[in-house]
Amino acid sequence: MDKQLKLLLIARLAERLRDARHIAVGASSPIPAAAALLAKHRTPGTQVSLLGSEKQSMFTDGGKELFDCAAQGRIDYFFFSGVQIDGCANINLVGRGEYPLMQERYAGSFGSAYLYHHVPNVILFCWAHSTRTLVDSVDFISAAGPLTDGVWRRGGPVALITDRCEFNYRPVEPTGSVNKDGPQVDACGQFELLSTHPGESIESIATQTGFEYDAVSEVKTTSVVDALDSVDQVLNDYVLPQLSSSYPRFVNRWLTP
Amino acid sequence: MTTSTSPGDTPVDSIAVANVFANNTVADELAGMVEDGALLALAPDYSGCAMSVVIALIRRHAKGLHLVGVPQLGLQGDLLIGAGCVESVNAAAVTLGEFGQAPCFVRAVSAGDISMRDSTCPVIHAGLQAAEKNIPFMPLRGVIGSDLVKHRDDWQIIDNPLSDSPDPILLVPEIKPEVALFHAPKADSSGNVWIGVRRELMLMAHASSRCIVTVEEIVDGNLLDDPVTAAGTIPSLYVSEVRTIKHGAFPVGLFSSYAEDTSSLKAYVQAARDVGQFSDYVSNVINSGAWTNS
Repeated sequence: MDKQLKLLLIARLAERLRDARHIAVGASSPIPAAAALLAKHRTPGTQVSLLGSEKQSMFTDGGKELFDCAAQGRIDYFFFSGVQIDGCANINLVGRGEYPLMQERYAGSFGSAYLYHHVPNVILFCWAHSTRTLVDSVDFISAAGPLTDGVWRRGGPVALITDRCEFNYRPVEPTGSVNKDGPQVDACGQFELLSTHPGESIESIATQTGFEYDAVSEVKTTSVVDALDSVDQVLNDYVLPQLSSSYPRFVNRWLTP
Repeated sequence: MTTSTSPGDTPVDSIAVANVFANNTVADELAGMVEDGALLALAPDYSGCAMSVVIALIRRHAKGLHLVGVPQLGLQGDLLIGAGCVESVNAAAVTLGEFGQAPCFVRAVSAGDISMRDSTCPVIHAGLQAAEKNIPFMPLRGVIGSDLVKHRDDWQIIDNPLSDSPDPILLVPEIKPEVALFHAPKADSSGNVWIGVRRELMLMAHASSRCIVTVEEIVDGNLLDDPVTAAGTIPSLYVSEVRTIKHGAFPVGLFSSYAEDTSSLKAYVQAARDVGQFSDYVSNVINSGAWTNS
């Protein structure tokens, strides 16, 4: 991914985080982490917790605290990616093929299965937007998208940002009932194409996306309020120094592309 | 000379590191206390990894270990899996973070050589908390709808018995490791271990039958005497063995002590992608203590 696109993605994500009080960022998420720190720079008082970081974390109660904190509604934003993401916003972090002996195995589900139900604004990201990653139906559900199944849930996806475009996520109103033997699968929500990044079009997105989605009436080219040069300046001066202990390789590549 | 270079961290030199791994009799003695087939709790790379003892487990050809990642595993897991020491893994993920996929783990899972019991972070924490309290299970919100539930016959969804309306909720069983093994910055001569805010290490110690710890140093005095240090200290009550092995977490980092050694981790990942190269690489670490060729 080229630097201009990375800048655009970081700036767009940060715009979505404007109203955040507390943003938490998990593993392998350097671009969301950069966006969170940029949002913190713009809105003093915003708290950012980078998982695994000593300095960029307020947690003092060990690994469980992130999850307890989310359960109490004290985390407003979180980010997840996926080996695959489908149109019901199910995410797969486990692998491709039939579980358990998958053709392509990845690290595992991390905290996704849980946090997806607790954090009100989960932003999904995918930096390899294609019909291989954005699929009709995921091979393994690490974390389930919202359904009208009556299962307790406060959190879920609000958007999906890729290296080609940005989708909003539109949930359906909960109307379903609960079956005693487990959750009854009812209706799921839908992604809605909001904007395409420079160089992409409505047609190119359609070709590269494996799930069905809706679109806003006027799909625009993705843009941000601030000039990307000024975003770059803030990244260099403020964000990257704070990111270097958690993501040294990302920071090095940024500085010496 | 291999050094870790994150600003503000103490550099780790390669000569000192060699002694951590090559024929370290302290590590060998501790590794001897972890029986074949044990349920063994290990910390993730960003917490406290007793890497010298992990290498000693490989040196003594440990077999049939059942690993619990608290809540995930990194280099320790990949090494033990690659060396054939592991039968099963209960963890939310096995990952080398910025260094990518854990090669030995991916190979072993794909071939069915180990049983991967896929979990999610809070289920591991809750299971250990259940063991802390000596209760059989813990309820947990969320997770329902995930395929994890389908494949874990030890998890159950029940209807919340305290609710008047239908309310499905997940129950997960206690996790009671036979051994917790980790590395920490310091301990005192009474066997109290300072872990600061890395309280998953405290949880591991509470939940496990035995707790084996290596530390950077044994300090004078008693860590429990000062409330400032006492708050982040595991009392010796929960600690079975504590020994000094300086740089014992190398090449991953240790909180409030040193950063990861990037060149060693790169060299590891490169080698671990090939079965033969992995074997040569690990033999070299065991015999010479070196994680890089330089």
